[in-house]
Amino acid sequence: MNRYFTRKILIYALTFFLAVTIDWMIPRFMPGDPIQNMLSRANVNADAAQVMYTYYAHAFQLDLPIWQQYLNFWGALFRGDLGISIYLFPTPVAKVLMRAVPYDLFLLLPAILLSWWAGNNFGAFAARSKWLDNTVSPIGYILSATPYMWLGIFLAWLLGIVLNIFPIAGAYSFDLQPSFSWKFIGSVLQHWFLPFFSLFLVMFGGWAIGMRNMVIYELEADYSHYLEALGAPQRLVRKYAFQNGILPQITGLALQLGVIVAGALVTEVVFSYPGIGYLLLAAIQNQDYFLIQGCFLFIIIGVLIANFAIDIIYILVDPRTRRGMTGETA
Amino acid sequence: MRKPIMSILSIIILASLVLSGCATPTPEIIIQTVEVESIVVQTQVVRETQVVRETQIVEATPVPVAEPAAASYVRNETLYVSGAAWGPASTWNPFQPGSLANTTGTLGYVYETLFAFDPMTGVLTPWLAEAGEWADDLTYNVTLREGLTWSDGQPLTAADVKFTFELGQKYNAMWFAPVWNYLTGVTAVDDTHLTFTFVDPLYQEWANNLYNIPIVPMHIWEGFTEEQITVGANENPIGSGAYLYETHAEDRNIWVRNESWWGIDVFGTPAPTRIVDIRTSSNNVAMGMVIKGELDLSNNFLPGIATLAQKGYVDTYFAEPPYMLSANTAVLFLNTTKAPLNDAAFRRALAFAINTPDIVNIAYAQLVAAASPTGLLPTLGKFDDQEVIDRLGYSYDTDKAKSMLAEAGYVDVDGDGFVEAPDGSKIELKVTCPFGWTDWMEAINIIASSSQAAGINIQAATPDYGAWNTELQSGTFDMTLNNWASMSNTPWTLYNLLFRHPIQEQMQSGNFGRYENQAMFDLVDALAKVPATDEEGMKEICSQIQELMLTDMPVIPLWYNGLWAQFSSSTWTNWPTETSTNPTLPTTWSGYWQLGGLLTLINLQPAQP
Repeated sequence: MNRYFTRKILIYALTFFLAVTIDWMIPRFMPGDPIQNMLSRANVNADAAQVMYTYYAHAFQLDLPIWQQYLNFWGALFRGDLGISIYLFPTPVAKVLMRAVPYDLFLLLPAILLSWWAGNNFGAFAARSKWLDNTVSPIGYILSATPYMWLGIFLAWLLGIVLNIFPIAGAYSFDLQPSFSWKFIGSVLQHWFLPFFSLFLVMFGGWAIGMRNMVIYELEADYSHYLEALGAPQRLVRKYAFQNGILPQITGLALQLGVIVAGALVTEVVFSYPGIGYLLLAAIQNQDYFLIQGCFLFIIIGVLIANFAIDIIYILVDPRTRRGMTGETA
Repeated sequence: MRKPIMSILSIIILASLVLSGCATPTPEIIIQTVEVESIVVQTQVVRETQVVRETQIVEATPVPVAEPAAASYVRNETLYVSGAAWGPASTWNPFQPGSLANTTGTLGYVYETLFAFDPMTGVLTPWLAEAGEWADDLTYNVTLREGLTWSDGQPLTAADVKFTFELGQKYNAMWFAPVWNYLTGVTAVDDTHLTFTFVDPLYQEWANNLYNIPIVPMHIWEGFTEEQITVGANENPIGSGAYLYETHAEDRNIWVRNESWWGIDVFGTPAPTRIVDIRTSSNNVAMGMVIKGELDLSNNFLPGIATLAQKGYVDTYFAEPPYMLSANTAVLFLNTTKAPLNDAAFRRALAFAINTPDIVNIAYAQLVAAASPTGLLPTLGKFDDQEVIDRLGYSYDTDKAKSMLAEAGYVDVDGDGFVEAPDGSKIELKVTCPFGWTDWMEAINIIASSSQAAGINIQAATPDYGAWNTELQSGTFDMTLNNWASMSNTPWTLYNLLFRHPIQEQMQSGNFGRYENQAMFDLVDALAKVPATDEEGMKEICSQIQELMLTDMPVIPLWYNGLWAQFSSSTWTNWPTETSTNPTLPTTWSGYWQLGGLLTLINLQPAQP
């Protein structure tokens, strides 16, 4: 057991080091120069541009040799300093994340968890209903190629503009100041619903299709037929099929939770909902090295933690893994 | 029991399957979002700051604890605007370049300038200053208004103005530091009188600075460190302007009227108690909000707005095409260091080959107007030399372009439909603009296809902004669009962009095509030194510049980008239109407040009093 975890942790540490290094390198390989971009957008007085370029390059320590920048980056990282955003200058990256990420958590956590729960249950249910499977699945597969952007715009147009039930922009009504009142909380929920619902629909479909396939596969497996032959009740057979089918879904869930810090770019754009996805895109377009690094750092950490959690959860939910491990340590 | 549940669920799954598998962004999505960014660039935006926690603190003050209802803004006292900010606010430092746009209004609402400029009439109008005049060629006197105050109650005096200008002398990183190349000193004669002394002044740029340098309070800023002044975020700004910073969140900035503004006696009380500046993440959203009547003024580029305007959903400045005022000139820069673009005859032929009418009518659906061959905005039209334009101007004419090419020795030798250079080498050129600027992307496609029709092999390419900018500044592009000269008091602003000199390895702010012509450089320098009051002198030099420009054709002005503005009169009326008596600019863009944006707000009237 100990050896298992020591080895895992070593592998994760190495992965973290490599991933963060790549995270540091990739923005710097992009063509272009963040400070030139920043100044070009500023419409700076021509004579001042050169002076200011030097000034800002120094402020961001981009005038240092590249190896030194790399070392400084690790040094700062261990002090918990993610640097200052160039796109949102002079806000520290940590602050940018702190402000934007809560919106994503508020949106994505319920969407991911609820859709996972509902999708798996419905998928397993659809797998044993012929008519449901025959009608819904083919349509579903054809329609699943429809871009999310269209759905978002369609929902916003139908429910927001034509029926005028839901607002189409913002995190809460533009005429409200935040306060702990029913009106404000109601407004927050009202603005949250469309982005949430559109995400929920997309994810629900994905989980349901996956689970449906898995359950059908499991029901065709030898052990199911064997159980049936023994005269086991249908419910018991399906229970086992479900338990086996859920395993890959758990991996999928953990990975989705791991990248939650990346936000929901398209949702944020379509519904003008605040969050980190839009800022991350802007950061990439503006070559904001520090904001890109900061976002991806948390994505890396998230994915690693998710993987680690999967390792542990598998031991708990999958007897085969458990047996393999005890065999290993024995 | 099971059946109804099943059918409900199957409806849900039906809907959801539509979308499954789209959890990752598809290419289409990225295109859309990039389009958003494009506008950022064109309006020169960038920045953010404070959010959730702080807004809650701020909110605590105005909301009485006992009141259970949330504090909400009264609709007919609040103005909703969008189209200026494209990211969360990050700084309220009026000196920070490029930082102002996401907190548009920092310079305008909060900080003010000595003068304003009316682009419609071309006149510098007094703002903080009551008057300003050249006592002689090297001395400029400014008289401040009486009774100016900062929003914290302190008086605004000549000492504040002197302090502000001297920041540029102290710190190189201030954008206006170069003014000290010709400014030698500022003296505060008394509380309301200042004298600026010069050596060899750039009169045109000075006039520009007068309405662009924000005056900051000495009693606060003298305690700041260099870093705070040059790059600090300056949260909770104290200025002298008509509005005060109230609060902001990720998707909005909120400003509240300064009830003790000095200008109430001079200009009147601005009608809206509050201004909510909304950041929309895409133009689609802005369009939806306009249709729902949630925005009073949208400064987004909405391609279909002409249709909505005709149906009466919104109003625009002009009732007819081009609907919008012109904000800047889209100029095609040609890289004059590369063959065949180093040949003036080829460049002139190219100018005739480009189908500008299609750009205006198709790419922009008539929301813009074709540019004058001189590149000057309509507001500077008096500096166009019509005689030169009649003689040397260009217009779309494929046949003429073909014959000009043939005359200059460019003929199709190998029969592929495209001309070859006189020395027989093949011509393959690329025209570029940043990826995601959808209107420009369509425009360069038209440039490419119409040039091909005239026999010039030009292909359109759209690198991303960073790569495009690198090509632009290091001069590795063939031909590219640029519009970095904004609305201004002087034609010098545009000509300084087009013919910036000396030619350096990196051209950061103009003459990207490396057009080298000392005669032209001398003319631009001479223009900079003509006193702003000497209109005849300016015209004379402009005429020479235009003659040389249209002969050599190192750049091709194509169309005017619009000052995008669509507004609704449901809550606020008296918006400026072509029929107004003294129209001002209907805009909230950063950098346009002193050009009349603020006066537009002041002139607004509630629809229902």
